Amino acid sequence: MSDWPLLSLVIFLPLVGVLFILAIRNEDEEVVAQNAKAVALWTSSITFLLSLLIWFQFDPNQAGFQLVEKAPWLPGFDINYHVGVDGISLWFVLLSTLLTVVVILGSWHSVTTRVKEYMISFLVMETLMVGVFCALDVVLFYIFFEGILIPMFLIIGIWGGPNRIYAAFKFFLYTLVGSVLFLVAIIYMYLVAGTTDIPTLMRTEFTAEAQWWLFLALFASFAVKVPMWPFHTWLPDAHVEAPTAGSVLLAGVLLKLGGYGFLRFSLPMLPIASAEFAPFIYALSVIAVVYTSLVALMQDDMKKLIAYSSVAHMGIVTIGVFTFNEQGIQGGILQMLSHGIVSGALFLCVGVIYDRIHSREIRRYGGLAERMPIYATVFMLFMLASVGLPGTSGFVGEVLVIVGVFQVNAWVAALAATGMILGACYMLWLYRRVVFGPLVREDLLSIKDMRRHEAVAFAPLIILVIVMGVYPNFFLEPMAASVDALLLQLEPVTTLAAD
Amino acid sequence: MYTAIVFLPLLGAIVAGLFGRIIGDRAAQIVTCSLLCISALLSGIALLTVPFGEPFKVPLATWIVSGSFEVDWALRIDALTVVMLVVVTWVSALVHIYSIGYMSHDASIARFMSYLSLFTFAMLMLVTADNFLQLFFGWEGVGVASYLLIGFWYEKASANNAAMKAFIVNRVGDFALILGIAAIFLVFDSVDFDTVFAAAPAFAEHQIALFGVTWSTLDLICILLFIGAMGKSAQLGLHTWLPDAMEGPTPVSALIHAATMVTAGVFLIARVSPIIEYAPVALAVIVLIGATTAFFAATVALTQNDIKRVIAYSTCSQLGYMFFALGVGAYAAAIFHLFTHAFFKALLFLAAGSVIHGMSNEQDMRRMGGIWRHMKFTYAMMWIGSLALVGVPFFAGFYSKDLILEAAFAAGGVGFYAFALGIAAAVMTAFYSGRLLFMTFHGKPRASEEVMHHVHESPLVMTIPLGLLAVGAVFAGYLGLPMVADDHAFWGGSIYLAEMERNIIYLAHYVPTWVVIAPIVAGFVGLGLAYVIYIQRTELADRLAERFRPLYQFSLNKWYFDELYDALFVRPARQAGTFLWRRVDAGIIDDYGPNGVAATALEGTKRVVKLQTGYIYHYAFVMLIGVAALVSWFLFVARG
Repeated sequence: MSDWPLLSLVIFLPLVGVLFILAIRNEDEEVVAQNAKAVALWTSSITFLLSLLIWFQFDPNQAGFQLVEKAPWLPGFDINYHVGVDGISLWFVLLSTLLTVVVILGSWHSVTTRVKEYMISFLVMETLMVGVFCALDVVLFYIFFEGILIPMFLIIGIWGGPNRIYAAFKFFLYTLVGSVLFLVAIIYMYLVAGTTDIPTLMRTEFTAEAQWWLFLALFASFAVKVPMWPFHTWLPDAHVEAPTAGSVLLAGVLLKLGGYGFLRFSLPMLPIASAEFAPFIYALSVIAVVYTSLVALMQDDMKKLIAYSSVAHMGIVTIGVFTFNEQGIQGGILQMLSHGIVSGALFLCVGVIYDRIHSREIRRYGGLAERMPIYATVFMLFMLASVGLPGTSGFVGEVLVIVGVFQVNAWVAALAATGMILGACYMLWLYRRVVFGPLVREDLLSIKDMRRHEAVAFAPLIILVIVMGVYPNFFLEPMAASVDALLLQLEPVTTLAAD
Repeated sequence: MYTAIVFLPLLGAIVAGLFGRIIGDRAAQIVTCSLLCISALLSGIALLTVPFGEPFKVPLATWIVSGSFEVDWALRIDALTVVMLVVVTWVSALVHIYSIGYMSHDASIARFMSYLSLFTFAMLMLVTADNFLQLFFGWEGVGVASYLLIGFWYEKASANNAAMKAFIVNRVGDFALILGIAAIFLVFDSVDFDTVFAAAPAFAEHQIALFGVTWSTLDLICILLFIGAMGKSAQLGLHTWLPDAMEGPTPVSALIHAATMVTAGVFLIARVSPIIEYAPVALAVIVLIGATTAFFAATVALTQNDIKRVIAYSTCSQLGYMFFALGVGAYAAAIFHLFTHAFFKALLFLAAGSVIHGMSNEQDMRRMGGIWRHMKFTYAMMWIGSLALVGVPFFAGFYSKDLILEAAFAAGGVGFYAFALGIAAAVMTAFYSGRLLFMTFHGKPRASEEVMHHVHESPLVMTIPLGLLAVGAVFAGYLGLPMVADDHAFWGGSIYLAEMERNIIYLAHYVPTWVVIAPIVAGFVGLGLAYVIYIQRTELADRLAERFRPLYQFSLNKWYFDELYDALFVRPARQAGTFLWRRVDAGIIDDYGPNGVAATALEGTKRVVKLQTGYIYHYAFVMLIGVAALVSWFLFVARG
């Protein structure tokens, strides 16, 4: 069993599902749709189970990459198909495989047009998401990293809202600059180090000046993905136009690529520049927390509100990553995982009522608690998790980041913590307007509570939010060794900064 | 046993909350009430065994481990915890039972019982916390439960607003509390009570540079913690949520907004006595804020017309007493007052609830009056609660409130300020208590005939808890006396004094006689005034209000805090939000960013655009070009 190329299996299994779906031929649209859904669900479920095997086989005491597979790809250039996971990427792989199952379940009833293509897009997306977190070669990483956007564009472009072209275009412009610069950085690193192997590059010492330029180039790419202020304006538009499942993966996994990129590339490969740029990152992040929270307060579109709240939450992540201490980095990672689950779930919550009423406008709702008690409870839980209630996943990441950054700069900690107050303002107000209040609109009188498929999609997220809040060690312990190793690499810089 | 005390209510909350629809309202009531009664019984046993002994821990599990940041789930059992356990579980059990009657006409009984039990669990986690983070867990947990219960009638806009306000104002305090915890970790490299408390004396003179200023470390930490306490305990500045919280059902007001949650701040400061003893500035700040709150809230209570709001401001005022007691170092006296106050204030609220229940949900005292004949038992209960609150000798409040005022006087310095305002507040306390009693029960009936026709005494399930609380309101003073013995033996080290020579509880015995008598006199003066104005010469009230119009308005409008905050925070935040969104996001960033680039780019690429059906494929296209460029570049290098 252990000889199996487990990671490759998890990466490419969804493509097998794609082949099956392509093979479905039938006159009846309905039959095709049913079969495509079934295949997609089966494939993603098996992929998820297989990814759990990764977690079983993972040795938490080891810092380096595990389950490594390496095969020559472009041998002339020492470019390899090289994959592996460490205590950090492991969780993102699991997050991706889990959320894929969740979104396929979640869109069971909501997708009606081009079901086949829809399911194919999501399975392709899964391959790319898992691939990007496993990739240990920069070229491989780059291909997955940029490739993810293609299915995402299709999802927004085909199944999206009326303004989808503008949204996709905006996203495209933002990422274009980043991608080009990322590419230049890769080429430069190859020129200096003679390899595109990530573990080797982590040991390569670039000169301070080179680090400076490389950092900026990578920053251009990652900051858009996070997204950091002021590169965030694509996100609300993209979310609003994307179908529910697209939003879930966008918020749940794609936004994590930026933070993951910082952790995997910027910090270990460019420690000097990372330390130099840390204050700059703090500044942007703190602005993100305060600014986007205020903007979120004034939104009348539910998805936009949650999108802006994502920017604020990801601000906490970037602060944590650049604290260069255990609490901050672990907190940042945990916050990413938590945000992946919580914001994904919140978008699903919006999707549940959007499917029924076809509106995302907050004013359109009110008093849902009356007719949808189960929905109200689930939404409440994720709303509170988003606000960072202790006992839910949202708290642990946030508090670790605050504790971590307080050791570096108390001002940043204080400003980041204002997110606690502002977050409560916009989330509670959202909930109040949608779920509480009197039920006045007539079409809401007959609204139905959650269906079985919806409930099943939420169940794992509910469990995770609570487990992560009550026993976060389950996640923190396996990542500790990897984070320690990262800190060890940063030590020369951090001790220098302390002097 | 201790695990059972804490987790039985959680079990009840889960059963009633998740399965309430299946098992039905009656079963939900039985489950939650009986589990809480067991919990209360066990707490009683704990009260008999734990005090005078060594504190101990019940470890449960690890929670967060990140480097040296190690936090466990554990229960800390000492005298301070046990006193809180008793207050929380006893009052909660009675409130659970009372709710069976009070909420009998409500549509979501199971949900209500579940929230009550959930609150109780969170509160128990708070008081049994073994470290600052677990305390924070309980702290926020009670906040959420309070939010849910204030907004229990969710179709009411005012209830929703009040619930949100409570949560958000509390969050302001929590913001400071979490920074305080971060500072504790920075200084002590631990958030564990034992570790931090043991290390505190060594940091007495320590200074730290934070926020660009050099602070006395422990003062800074304690002030941050105190701001947190101010939020939860509704102290001046962060008090605005408490009166509004009266939108919740009355049993909630009794349990959360009188007896337990609002006293969490007092508990927190007493809990950190080993640190705060070395933070003289923080202590002085606590005295000032506490005394001012006691005075401020009493002035507002004088003019309110909603029966529950009068009691709410009274609670706020009494919490002020507890805080200045803490500030002068009389921690034991503060907890003693917390203990007695829990009984008589819960009694007052539940008695008020009985009135409201009997008067078809009327809360405005201007539409009450003359009902004492119809509800004699409630009337008697209200008197007992009021006398205890006023501090009439031999009722519970007398022992604790007098001791606090004596301690403030004995402490001197800022203590004199507290003493003076405390006496003034005592007069007002007696006055508004009398006003409440006379307006509600005496005089001519001012309610409609319809309502008066229905006025009735409450059922037994409501009056029995009232009776039991009344027993507490009378005897809690005697029962609690060992708490305030000079030697602090009762506390077994859970309340810490840096120097036994500065034992305020001891010094309080040696104040001049007039200081001892003053509070009693104040009480009778206030009651007497109320009698004159509201019974004998009823026209006086209006004339006084007319004569001192500005003062009356100032008090009636609660010193204009809500208006001030609205102008200072709420509106600017919304304006800023709109501005940043419309002008900066959609204006500057988009215009100069993507849209600007797009406009420029469009000029040059019109032809390409026409070739495509949309823009969505551009990206794929560019990416492919990128990959192609990469590959060809490698090939080029390889050839060369």
